[in-house]
Amino acid sequence: MPVESIFHRLEALLPKVQKPIQYVGGELNSTVKDWDSADVRWALMYPDAYEVGLPNQGVAILYEILNELPGTLAERTYAVWPDLEELMRAEGVPQFTVDAHRPVRAFDVLGVSFSTELGYTNLLTALDLAGIPMLAVDRGDDDPIVLAGGHAAFNPEPIADFLDAAVLGDGEQISIAISEVIREWKAEGRPGGRDELLMRLAESGGVYVPKFYDVEYHADGRIKRVAPNRADVPWRVHKHTVMDLDEWPYPKKPLVPLAETVHERFSVEIFRGCTRGCRFCQAGMITRPVRERSITTIGAMVDNGIKESGFNEVGLLSLSSADHSEIGEVAKGLADRYEGTNTSLSLPSTRVDAFNIDLANEFSRNGRRSGLTFAPEGGSERMRKVINKMVTEEDLIRTVTTAYSQGWRQVKLYFMCGLPTEQDEDVLGIADLAKKVIQAGREATGSRDIRCTVSIGGFVPKPHTPFQWAGQADHETVDRRLKALRDALRGDKNYGRAIGFRYHDGKPSIVEGLLSRGDRRVGAVIRNVWEDGGRFDGWSEHFSYERWMAAAEKAGIDVDWYTTREREENEVLPWDHLDAGLDREWLWQDWQEAISGGEVEDCRWTPCYDCGVCPTMGTEIQIGPTGRKLLPLTVV
Amino acid sequence: MQRLRVRYAKRGRLRFTSHRDISRAVERAVRRAGIPVAYSAGFSPHPKISYAGAAPTGVASEAEYLEIGVTTPCDPAQVRQDLDESLPSGLDVLDVVEAGPGGLADRLEVSDWEVRLPGADRELAEVAVEKFLAAGTVEVERLTKKGPRRFDARQAVLGLTVSEGAERTAAQVHGGPCVILRMVVRHMTPAVRPDDVLTGLRLVADFAPPVPPEVTRLAQGPLDASTGALADPLDLDRDTTRGGEAGPAGEHVAG
Repeated sequence: MPVESIFHRLEALLPKVQKPIQYVGGELNSTVKDWDSADVRWALMYPDAYEVGLPNQGVAILYEILNELPGTLAERTYAVWPDLEELMRAEGVPQFTVDAHRPVRAFDVLGVSFSTELGYTNLLTALDLAGIPMLAVDRGDDDPIVLAGGHAAFNPEPIADFLDAAVLGDGEQISIAISEVIREWKAEGRPGGRDELLMRLAESGGVYVPKFYDVEYHADGRIKRVAPNRADVPWRVHKHTVMDLDEWPYPKKPLVPLAETVHERFSVEIFRGCTRGCRFCQAGMITRPVRERSITTIGAMVDNGIKESGFNEVGLLSLSSADHSEIGEVAKGLADRYEGTNTSLSLPSTRVDAFNIDLANEFSRNGRRSGLTFAPEGGSERMRKVINKMVTEEDLIRTVTTAYSQGWRQVKLYFMCGLPTEQDEDVLGIADLAKKVIQAGREATGSRDIRCTVSIGGFVPKPHTPFQWAGQADHETVDRRLKALRDALRGDKNYGRAIGFRYHDGKPSIVEGLLSRGDRRVGAVIRNVWEDGGRFDGWSEHFSYERWMAAAEKAGIDVDWYTTREREENEVLPWDHLDAGLDREWLWQDWQEAISGGEVEDCRWTPCYDCGVCPTMGTEIQIGPTGRKLLPLTVV
Repeated sequence: MQRLRVRYAKRGRLRFTSHRDISRAVERAVRRAGIPVAYSAGFSPHPKISYAGAAPTGVASEAEYLEIGVTTPCDPAQVRQDLDESLPSGLDVLDVVEAGPGGLADRLEVSDWEVRLPGADRELAEVAVEKFLAAGTVEVERLTKKGPRRFDARQAVLGLTVSEGAERTAAQVHGGPCVILRMVVRHMTPAVRPDDVLTGLRLVADFAPPVPPEVTRLAQGPLDASTGALADPLDLDRDTTRGGEAGPAGEHVAG
């Protein structure tokens, strides 16, 4: 039976809300399929505002893949702002998809992509507005399977009670596999109801169903063990890895929003994974190994994406884009191709040591030389060794000297505060570094019109990294160091005005830390916060530290125990039953190396150091060079 | 440099696009359609596309206008088709002509608005309109970016009539017929918008529709002094250039 669109009910509310265009859909390249043409239906959610969610590559890719799959449809849904939420509640309008404005509860799966833990409260809003019971155990056969993915799903324990299932790793193939399991189960007449469907998904070891695992605790609160509570459910759930990115050249039909979004460009992922081995970086640990897209596929995707979208900017995405084995050829080929067309290229995530001026010149050929961004992350050589970000001060100064002398005027530097073993002088070292950068720029250009911006964020220890055992710095320490750094930067008459300083206070990092390394008991805190009105926690104007602390107290949760406490080697961590492929012993050994300042090389260019991923997951490093070149295409 | 004048509609759910949303969508559509748009010179080149008097966010329109500068001469009929195909459905290109002499914005003197008021009382509306038209001035206040501003909403209104028709969008909610106001309003500074006229109706006769009005601009253009009718602003271009044929004004899609 077709499901009615709720658009006419929504439409009456739209004149009363901010930016109504974000709720109407109708984007170029969006897909609306007949409800009855599909027997498996996905609602894909990015749990943040449309302007953040629409450019998300993960959702965009799955949206296309699932809509291409016969008998399957996928629509998108985003978090609604509080102004619309209030009106929807008053008028009884349910959470809807923006494509055909169908109620989310009518779908088979609600797939939610979590890039960050700060979207958890928005999941609860969506469930509540959709009329889906908040707790998985209360859901019936008519409710969708609530499925989490994305990086935060590598420890979904804090939201385990709200989820039916979670998937780790690349979504392309597993989302198709899940669709087929659901299709088969529905075709058989839904034998055994919801539980049997979840069992079928869980048995494979590729889908985590939290309710099939029991968590036991020691008297002191530590986890004793996490064990399946049914036969046929495996002890560990494994991540998924797509091995040939050239076979999955998505997005092919990029969504072009009408509303303004945070990234207004066509983005191509030029490789997935990173083995630089930065110890703080969860993305670099859980997405191994490196799998490059070939220069030929990148060229074809860019050509197609620009034609399909009309965007005038191309972003070459990855965790460290200058590390692509043929980045020079890619940059030159694309710059040649789009010369004179007002199409600009951008390369986010460039490492200081992988940067070279030829590359930067290619990327700025069609655009401005406004700013370059580097992320040394640590302010002192010692700190950078601890985090294994092996960028020397000489590298940085040499790089910025070249950049300034080639016409760049502004350099942005990213750092973290609160890193393991960090002392006050490590953070104050950032001020010295910034001054040296300015000095180098002045000497290189003979001009005082040189700027440098220091951006600094609080470090949060993440699961599946060598720092998963570390004690997080308390927010008082972080704030004290940031203040000292600010004084050191501002206090210097010679440099103060040339250096911009951007930072956040340390409190939000504590909440992020609680959610990152939390276990199932933290779910009560999330629920309390949500009931107290917590929404959009990733937005500083909505986030309330006090609300989170009050919610934790009410739930009997000791926030320090979850955040600032250092863990012992043998403590069972809440995510130990979730397998990112990383060998636990290697992670521990790397943590010990970190404390003693030992470095690890990149396994793309040096022998394997047994992190464990490739043999466990049956994967291998896939890099070029292919030796091919980009052919010039006729462009409009 | 050839300049092309484009009449387009914003319809249905795409009436919620803001002016900025439309300008991004048009820039992308121009690129997708392969129209050889000219760029401004300088540090940060912008495509030469200019907009005349855009309807507010949430207001539908059958008569919005923009002008595109192109580097090589284009066939207006082909541009009409290509640009329409490249824009999302709901932003629909109705007419393209090659620009003749004279500015387009200067010709947009008057707008013809249709304001649907679901659930409003027809008799009350008629009384309010009568009182409004009988008044010499009707001072209204609107919140602008610079704070509240008071101005006369009466003088700009050249015509105001009441009729009845079907609801256009939120029909399923209320059902039944709905009151329709037609307003012919002269463009002035500060602009008098249909909202301001509704405010005026509330002030003179306490007439307040129960739900937000559904507003559509049906036409805008010069006022024919002899007939008092609203003329097509692109007719002047058609008279002076041979490139643009008087194409159909496009389908008028309700809802």
